[in-house]
Amino acid sequence: MAGPLPIGDPAPSDGLLPAQAVDGAAERALGLYVHVPFCRVRCGYCDFNTYTATELRGVAQADYAAQAIGELRFGAAALEASGLPPRELGTVFFGGGTPTLLPAAQLVEMLAVARREFGIRPGAEVTTEANPDSVDAAYLAELRDGGFTRVSFGMQSAVSSVLATLDRTHDPERVPLVVAWAREAGLDVSLDLIYSTPGERLADWRTSLEAAIAASPDHLSAYSLIVEDGTKLARQVRRGELAAPDDDLAADMYELADELLAEAGFGWYEVSNWARGDEHRSRHNLGYWRGDDWWGVGPGAHSHVGGVRWWNAKHPAAYADRIAAGVSPAVGRETLDAATRETERVLLGTRIREGLEIATLPESGRAAVAGLIADELVEPKAALGGRLTLTRRGRLLADAVVRRLLD
Amino acid sequence: MSPRAVNPPVPAATDPALIRNFCIIAHIDHGKSTLADRMLQITGIVSDRDMRAQYLDRMDIERERGITIKSQAVRMPWAVADESGRDVAYALNMIDTPGHVDFSYEVSRSLAACEGAILLVDAAQGIEAQTLANLYLALENDLEIIPVLNKIDLPAAEPEKYARELADLIGGSPDDVMKVSGKTGLGVEALLDRVVQRIPAPVGDADAPPRAMIFDSVYDSYRGVVTYVRMVDGQLNPRERIQMMSTKATHEILEIGVSAPEPTPSKGLGVGEVGYLITGVKDVRQSKVGDTVTTAVKPAAEALDGYTEPLPMVFSGLYPIDGSDYPELREALDKLKLSDAALVYEPETSVALGFGFRAGFLGLLHLEIVTERLRREFGLDIIATAPSVVYEVTTEDKKTVTVTNPSEFPTGAKIAEVREPMVKAAILAPKDYVGTIMELCQSRRGTLLGMEYLGEDRVEIRYDMPLGEIVFDFFDQLKSKTAGYASLDYEPSGDQAADLVKVDILLQGEQVDAFSAIVHRDKAYAYGVLMTGRLRELIPRQQFEVPIQAAIGARIIARESIRAMRKDVLAKCYGGDISRKRKLLEKQKEGKKRMKMVGRVEVPQEAFIAALSGDTESKDSKKK
Repeated sequence: MAGPLPIGDPAPSDGLLPAQAVDGAAERALGLYVHVPFCRVRCGYCDFNTYTATELRGVAQADYAAQAIGELRFGAAALEASGLPPRELGTVFFGGGTPTLLPAAQLVEMLAVARREFGIRPGAEVTTEANPDSVDAAYLAELRDGGFTRVSFGMQSAVSSVLATLDRTHDPERVPLVVAWAREAGLDVSLDLIYSTPGERLADWRTSLEAAIAASPDHLSAYSLIVEDGTKLARQVRRGELAAPDDDLAADMYELADELLAEAGFGWYEVSNWARGDEHRSRHNLGYWRGDDWWGVGPGAHSHVGGVRWWNAKHPAAYADRIAAGVSPAVGRETLDAATRETERVLLGTRIREGLEIATLPESGRAAVAGLIADELVEPKAALGGRLTLTRRGRLLADAVVRRLLD
Repeated sequence: MSPRAVNPPVPAATDPALIRNFCIIAHIDHGKSTLADRMLQITGIVSDRDMRAQYLDRMDIERERGITIKSQAVRMPWAVADESGRDVAYALNMIDTPGHVDFSYEVSRSLAACEGAILLVDAAQGIEAQTLANLYLALENDLEIIPVLNKIDLPAAEPEKYARELADLIGGSPDDVMKVSGKTGLGVEALLDRVVQRIPAPVGDADAPPRAMIFDSVYDSYRGVVTYVRMVDGQLNPRERIQMMSTKATHEILEIGVSAPEPTPSKGLGVGEVGYLITGVKDVRQSKVGDTVTTAVKPAAEALDGYTEPLPMVFSGLYPIDGSDYPELREALDKLKLSDAALVYEPETSVALGFGFRAGFLGLLHLEIVTERLRREFGLDIIATAPSVVYEVTTEDKKTVTVTNPSEFPTGAKIAEVREPMVKAAILAPKDYVGTIMELCQSRRGTLLGMEYLGEDRVEIRYDMPLGEIVFDFFDQLKSKTAGYASLDYEPSGDQAADLVKVDILLQGEQVDAFSAIVHRDKAYAYGVLMTGRLRELIPRQQFEVPIQAAIGARIIARESIRAMRKDVLAKCYGGDISRKRKLLEKQKEGKKRMKMVGRVEVPQEAFIAALSGDTESKDSKKK
């Protein structure tokens, strides 16, 4: 949800989808993403659509759940009216922002409405993101009771100086504690880490990885810090107050992460994601990479159904106005043609370990595979078995691999 | 003495005794155009209201750079009292000469059209090398020289000092040196009187078949080629069929006249007169400078002396920065050729730069003018490869190849001898810079021929030097090492055998043609280190390590390498990132179209261009 909204076509106010979205829908999983655009403080590196004020142009944080519920109802009706078959949600993901800034009861209420409007499949994955300092044991238990199955904590680092550069306010000591509470509550736990922060040394990163592994989560994400235009961090780098991240050091950090995590029993399943066994992979996120359908609720949220992508008004007040008026909150959308969908399939499918089936690639892509093996970018064994899986080096150069496959 | 002649002589009916043909020899910024402006004003042919600065300079580039590239002739009336005190009206033809050594052939033809020359020197700066060279040409053409110091109104002017310098140089007394200010007009009337008194009238046979020498040929998009001629014998008339003696081609005169200074049709041109012809031809090559025009019906038996074909001395590849501009570049060159008889070119392909042209020029300034005109008049973004000269390469099997492009340098066969063009260079500078200049010339393989003091503090240093050393930023170096005080002139002086080698630049083993250069063996290493270093800075990292080598034949003399890129992946790619990521990918694919492939190495065109133009060094110096 980073950066400015894309440029697309106008989105219709009734939210109806073209016929293309209906084709093959019964075979595709449906997910739900709920964006909560509030944070207590804004982190210097973050360019997500989030706000720290409790009231924005007359729209209060406290009213947000009701608006999101409005879009849930609108979405269910729009899908039905567009002729899509009824599908229960296989995954639900609350992201932000900081969803756990809202009272647990509001998250639970939104989930309950989603269950009423769409239905939720047995064994569905229901995740919320959380800050280590915004939850306690009681909050986590309330989520579990309300149907949540998984929590993803924004740990980022275990090193105070790195957390300070990132403007993160939590005490690193608190991470093992919240992980333990979540486990007691019966939730699956994921930790998010950030590396290549200005000033972070390889040894600092090792400290963070070891701390994360010691907390014993089920799942880990590790993201190389991106200096996004327009952020405080970008200004600090431009003014020379902070060093720009170094790609070679970032590559060293990635390799270290992959090594340590593999030793600790975490296997990579996407470029930036590792899980302790396949059952702990984030099924919601896999949906993005497999080209499944999802409805994104909330300001600036993106949705995708059968090659139609759309995105909502970014500002919470503009979003609230549309919901109040009973029209679609979408402000733009694009209907992808077959070639563009194929491009997306390749660029997303390359990132995951299960990989692309080589036989499904266009001829030029198939022709590139031998060269990719020679350059040690894809696993030869998997390739012989018909699937394109990146090597560690290949994961670091995944975008270049995609360009070669699509050339 | 009268500022405005009452009854000016009429073209085609003027007694040659009343004609004075002269030119002005001056260094580029010594005020020639300003003096010419004052003459136009004082003789009354341009009204004060119509006057604009540098009236005669036609091209924007000329006006901006303050130099005259193409010459033109203006007929001005001027009356002087005879012995009896009666005003006699004369016709003065001022022939403007190009001031730069690149155009020395054009200069020599302009001089041949005159009987006299005003030697114009800045009273604050003294004579410069180019002026000396042109003065030498003027004396060879037996011109009467009128020495003049200009800008005497400047506070820094030292007229006494430079008058002595001029008198030393051409003989006579310092008192004979006239002192004027083109800016204020001071002394200009006296100078015009002096022109009438001192410069001989033209002599020719009025009854012989007409012979006119072409001293300039200008392309005008409305009227076609305008040919400027100096009549020697006979007369040319409107509607007459004329013949170009070098090609025997015939044309009809559609218009004949004089510049006053706007084109003014006349009933013809007679002995000694200077004017223009329009025949409707569209290409200056059909009307070549130095050629003789005669009549088709009763042609002259012999052409006038001195005609030669222009010979390109310096070659460079011209490439559009955007490859899709290639057809526009071809069209632009075709158009420029119409007005530039010395420009030659042929298509050429480069691995690094795509499709372009190999073009030959009279010299570096000519190259600069052509590239500037392509940019300005045709809106083209182009890159010119490092200039090269003409080498004669003989292999051991006794075959000789003419090499105007390093890619033509014979490979495989053993080289027996390489001959390179030489020039005699004359550098004029204040004496404090002698050491610096000699150091520079020695480092460019120069041989000192002599040194002479002009006046008390200025020195003329003469060197025999390879032209190839001069075309490679010698002038810039000279200027920067002498705070801009030195001036340079050179003329071809044969060739010499030299230990020259071709240095190739290889990217991952693949030769990049645009960077090959023919250099002296002693300089090969320095060139190799320079270019490999530049490319290492400019070429983005690839998925593999890329060695950059400089080689003479199979022998590697310098090596750098670009480390492999290790990270090229977007860390996060979730719901809202997908459209953005796809658009980035599309942009990268678009960008790749602008990449040049050298083997497997993707190089942005900009990197090649920056490496050729030396932008890396200038960027570094800015950083500091």
